Amino acid sequence: MAIEDIIKPENLVYKKPDIMNDNSMHYCPGCSHGVIHKLIAEVIEEMGLVENAIGITPVGCAVFAYNYIDIDWEEAAHGRAPAMATAIKRLRPNKLVFTYQGDGDLAAIGTAETIHACNRGESIAIIFVNNGIYGMTGGQMAPTTLEGMKTATCPYGRDVKLNGYPLKITNLLKELDGMRYVTRQSVHTAAAVRKTKKAIRKAFENCMDGKGGANIVEVVSTCSSGWKMTPEKSNKWMEENMFPAYPLGDLKDKDANI
Amino acid sequence: MAKIKGAIVVNQERCKGCRLCVVACPTNVLAMSKQVNAKGYNFAVMENEDACIGCASCGIVCPDGCITVYKTKID
Repeated sequence: MAIEDIIKPENLVYKKPDIMNDNSMHYCPGCSHGVIHKLIAEVIEEMGLVENAIGITPVGCAVFAYNYIDIDWEEAAHGRAPAMATAIKRLRPNKLVFTYQGDGDLAAIGTAETIHACNRGESIAIIFVNNGIYGMTGGQMAPTTLEGMKTATCPYGRDVKLNGYPLKITNLLKELDGMRYVTRQSVHTAAAVRKTKKAIRKAFENCMDGKGGANIVEVVSTCSSGWKMTPEKSNKWMEENMFPAYPLGDLKDKDANI
Repeated sequence: MAKIKGAIVVNQERCKGCRLCVVACPTNVLAMSKQVNAKGYNFAVMENEDACIGCASCGIVCPDGCITVYKTKID
């Protein structure tokens, strides 16, 4: 059978979601952000919330997320996305409100906003992209940088005596009573991407059912430019080094008593 | 026995040549082209067309959403 006979609309099994537009993304080749954007677009489309979704973009690599997915977006000051999400959700309770933040935004400058928004149990979803480095500014040490990991500002590796320990903010948030769903996922293989999609869907559904409670989906990601590796090697490095420090799985699910 | 046959279309101008699809393909269908696109990247191409089973692993892991996957049954 010729390829042309297979490539027909009735045989379609997978394509880029419609609300993800044709703008070429500014991310480096192999960046996990692209996959996560795609998952968000797919979930919003499948839930039929294209007209009712409001995303909040952070400061960091994902600052231009509003250029790529055709829903309503709001740009927050550095780290303040959960505070802005609180306001939007309280004013428009029937909208899906989610933030999209990196580790510099959520776990460094925005730690206070994140913790308090989650502690208040706001009905928002936080998509937290953790790659253990400040990607946009050129690969400096982040709070989430692993022990011994080399970055531009710790060229001999992170020294815990000098810089402290990697901040496991998702584990911290788990302890808050306001949190409803806390999970840590990744997007390095097709199977992992499917799991992450389910997690995002669950978090978004929790936001819309009116029961309240904050939801966070941490996605352990790669930064091939910041880590100075090829995308393939970054994935392998992430499996070997990031996953022991940030193990994948559901940390808390109030509905299932986990 | 019915056989599953797949095919993909790569948006060659959008592809950034990260090779993640090449790694994700379980049947080693994909390879990088020798030519480059307007951005200067080698893009993904179907090299071993007959082996494609339309599993969509390449499309799912593609960070730039460049890959469209088709699948059909042959009796």
